[in-house]
Amino acid sequence: MAERGKRPMTRRLIQLYSALLYNAHLKGFAEGQIYTGPLKNVCVPGLNCYSCPGAVGACPLGSLQNAVAASADRPAFYVVGLLLLFGLLLGRVICGFLCPFGLLQELLHKIPTRKVKKSPLTRKLSWAKYGILLVFALAIPAWFALRKLPLPGFCKFICPAGTLEGAVMLLLHPANDTLRAMTGGLFWWKFSLMLLILTACVFVFRAFCRFLCPLGALYSLLSRLALLGVKVDGERCVDCGACLRVCPMDIRSVGDRECVHCGTCIDVCPTRAISFRAGKIVLRGPELGKGRERL
Amino acid sequence: MTRKQALWAALFCGALALIVLGVLNGGARDVLAKAIKICSECIGLG
Repeated sequence: MAERGKRPMTRRLIQLYSALLYNAHLKGFAEGQIYTGPLKNVCVPGLNCYSCPGAVGACPLGSLQNAVAASADRPAFYVVGLLLLFGLLLGRVICGFLCPFGLLQELLHKIPTRKVKKSPLTRKLSWAKYGILLVFALAIPAWFALRKLPLPGFCKFICPAGTLEGAVMLLLHPANDTLRAMTGGLFWWKFSLMLLILTACVFVFRAFCRFLCPLGALYSLLSRLALLGVKVDGERCVDCGACLRVCPMDIRSVGDRECVHCGTCIDVCPTRAISFRAGKIVLRGPELGKGRERL
Repeated sequence: MTRKQALWAALFCGALALIVLGVLNGGARDVLAKAIKICSECIGLG
């Protein structure tokens, strides 16, 4: 049990450190202003609003939408290249380890209530995020780009991370009267949606991540190619299904598009066929033995 | 080298090439320009 207890703690620490690292401009929270330094040239891998007072990097999804919106003048090479690089190196390990909004969802799910378990319905709902990616993050910005109107559809109408980290954090600061005067119907729509999503996360494990997040959808396209993540040794696997039963996500197999590589399945595999790897290097798994497990 | 590894290497090189092209065509500057201003539209205020 001690071994099983150690793993989520390590992942939780990595999640916390990355959330702090993404939002290391702590002065911004005190001043109600955002960071304007050169680090914002680079996108962070996880969902983190660049209008958050603490954010030191750019949001990859916001940057993608703005790059698509500006693509009539300039092809979106930079952001697409960065997303491709993140996806190839880390894949959905980003969702499991490096996304502050993922951490928030997991903490909310710890509130003791009755939980909604995964089912064929949640599996079907998990396809919705691809529709949101296509419509709100790509088609709407591209459509309005043709009319020379930049419109980040997902940020504007849906993103709960933007509402929480950007809008709420800025509006709470006493110095931001001008911003408070701008709140209208759109803000209240987004605020209500954020409350709905956060409430859903109390009952449904990673509800936003599983059903709505276009960034997760994007990274999931590269899941099978990503260098880092949980991998199954086909020769040891006996298809007992223990990994699928313990997984709270809507996976059909370990490491598929829905897997966030949390590593929960590693401990329950009776044949120790599952390991966490970076290419051929085993970071955690049967080959290392209990004493040397690092993740 | 397996087909999967070859695909990974090709995409990895493609990603690096896109980043370099993006820096050269001003894409990185665009990201910075957007990220250093409070995007009222992005956070649902405008």
